[in-house]
Amino acid sequence: MTSPAVRVEGLSKRYYLGAHERRYRTLRDHLAARAAGAWRQIGAALRGRSVHLDGEELWALDEVSFEVPTGEALGIVGHNGAGKSTLLKILSRITEPTAGRAEVRGRVGSLLEVGTGFHPELTGRENVFLNGAILGMKRGETAQRFDAIVAFAELDRFIDTPVKHYSSGMYMRLAFAVAAHLEPDVLFIDEVLAVGDAAFQRKCLGRIGNVTSEGRTVLFVSHNLRAVQQLCRRALWLQDGRLVASGPSEEIVARYLRATEVAPGAVTQLLASLPADPALRLESIALRQDGTPVERIANGRPLEIEIRYEVKQRTTGLRVFFDLCDPEGLLIFRSFHDEGAAGIPATDPGSYVARAVLPADLLAPVTYELRIHVGIYNVRMCTPPLGVRMPVAVDATGRYNRAYLADTHRGLLAPAIPWTNAQVRHQ
Amino acid sequence: MANRLPSMTPARAREVTVIVPGRGWMPIDLAELWRSWELLYFLVWRDIKVRYKQTLLGVTWAVLQPVLTMLLFTLVFSRLARIPSEGVPYPLFSFAALVPWQLFANGLTQAANSLVASANLVRKVYFPRLLIPMASVVAGLVDFAVALGVLIVLMLFYGQPPTGRAAWLPVFVLLAFAASLGVGLWLAALNAQFRDVRYVIPFLTQVWLFITPIAYPSRLVPPAWQPLYALNPMVGVVEGCRWALLGTPAPAASLIATSAATTLLLLVGGAYYFRRLERDVADVL
Repeated sequence: MTSPAVRVEGLSKRYYLGAHERRYRTLRDHLAARAAGAWRQIGAALRGRSVHLDGEELWALDEVSFEVPTGEALGIVGHNGAGKSTLLKILSRITEPTAGRAEVRGRVGSLLEVGTGFHPELTGRENVFLNGAILGMKRGETAQRFDAIVAFAELDRFIDTPVKHYSSGMYMRLAFAVAAHLEPDVLFIDEVLAVGDAAFQRKCLGRIGNVTSEGRTVLFVSHNLRAVQQLCRRALWLQDGRLVASGPSEEIVARYLRATEVAPGAVTQLLASLPADPALRLESIALRQDGTPVERIANGRPLEIEIRYEVKQRTTGLRVFFDLCDPEGLLIFRSFHDEGAAGIPATDPGSYVARAVLPADLLAPVTYELRIHVGIYNVRMCTPPLGVRMPVAVDATGRYNRAYLADTHRGLLAPAIPWTNAQVRHQ
Repeated sequence: MANRLPSMTPARAREVTVIVPGRGWMPIDLAELWRSWELLYFLVWRDIKVRYKQTLLGVTWAVLQPVLTMLLFTLVFSRLARIPSEGVPYPLFSFAALVPWQLFANGLTQAANSLVASANLVRKVYFPRLLIPMASVVAGLVDFAVALGVLIVLMLFYGQPPTGRAAWLPVFVLLAFAASLGVGLWLAALNAQFRDVRYVIPFLTQVWLFITPIAYPSRLVPPAWQPLYALNPMVGVVEGCRWALLGTPAPAASLIATSAATTLLLLVGGAYYFRRLERDVADVL
């Protein structure tokens, strides 16, 4: 088959900002707005201009075109609000485009959320059939795959228990299991893997990988760039609704990372451009060694990460934390400022300085990515989804045997491990 | 996967979904609706199952609601207001009307709220949205069947067992069902856009109850008003049901025809209006 599984031509979607509030709140408002709008239009017509009644317009998707050959997995990367979800919603026919055209060849399965349509009062078994039907499976198909679904979800003992008694992990496993057994020709997946524990995520990734190896086509939206690289040969990069680039996923992910990470000097600028948060303002982020700001890090000395921030209102559960990631964005470790505290502390308004010190002889001589986050526990993140991202280039100044200078470094960390090596028996 | 049905592959592979912006009024994709009948089945099944799992009295509600209304009507309209009941015991007279009325009123109420209640589903999965209000009305058929059983018991109690005319009952039930769905579609679409519609619905059904010959026979309406009165599809349904079950005077053919015509208009109009909204309902909800 030479025809592509998905063909998108000039696809665009317009939303009106504020349209929801202005137009759709109540019938009374609608009628009132209509009357007011009519006046404005008459006025505008008299002055020879046209007025848009519905507020500011936003192109969530702007003339996007691409093709996906049958059997290929395509990753879609981009910031929040770049149009990734809108694209999948249009291709899944949940919403209509404003302009353009798309063709999807074969049966479509879309997984924009895990567990859509699950009903808490129904048992696992009942929900499998209901969810299967919602996702477009015939009853016979669901029945045929039922055992495989239950086995994948590892829930055989609880399958006749109402899902309201499930733990969130069990719920997720079952929900993903149903979707994973949908077996469509074209599968759209949006950020589904953001949930669940690591083992579950690996299992899901494996399952999605199988889907492509079976010759099905996959469109995969994720903030997990490593997963995008693992699963997809090619990727698209969307920004502000426009297609910035497409190509081999390694190349696109690398370009995306390069374009979106911040040079150390530009951090202040970036912080100023962050959307305002009612509770918090990040003032500065600095990296210091021996008290002086550094561009490159020497791994033989401790590294101090200093985050200055202003708290505007008393906030419970405010957490400052950072992720140390490898160059591809894989998390090596995450550390929270209140790890030593007991309970969930409340933070009073004022200016704060959080300092984290990475010990000497921990980092490897590679370029890491440091992601600074501030969040309110169980409420929201105050920083972008990937945090404030800065590259951290590390030089090998630490403890190592310089006689083996040519020895290549292995691994993402180079901690100083105390060794002993004593001769215990003479020959 | 090895267990994939091989016979389905070629047909599916050729099937191309074209996605383009919709323009103006678009027809309803009946073929797609037909293909989705299994989903309709599951949605109905869910509605029924959840309703009876969550409520204490379960199916008793289906009996209690019309029976209590019937007792109240008997007390107020028969005993106090002395409203005639065409020679039929008043409890039977009102109950035979309340059973189809309940199908209509509950169906349209459920349908009107269905789209908003399923917002989460609508925002995340595609399927013909028409199935949601349809499922709500279809689920009401269970309550209707239960109430109809009670009515038959009541008829036997009064020594008036159903006759051969009862064979006409399905026609009137279908009419009530179609009217309920038609009005339900309009209200569901309006409710998705304007949240104050939901407050109008109880008032609407209450008014509608009184402009339908449930507590009184339709002949009490002055002849000059009859043509206008017949525009209410439930007039034909209620008079038809009474005739089929209780042998009250047969409704005029013109009355039934008018009711059927309004029902058809409501249903087709509702379906088109709903279809128009369907296109961006996910953005509105």
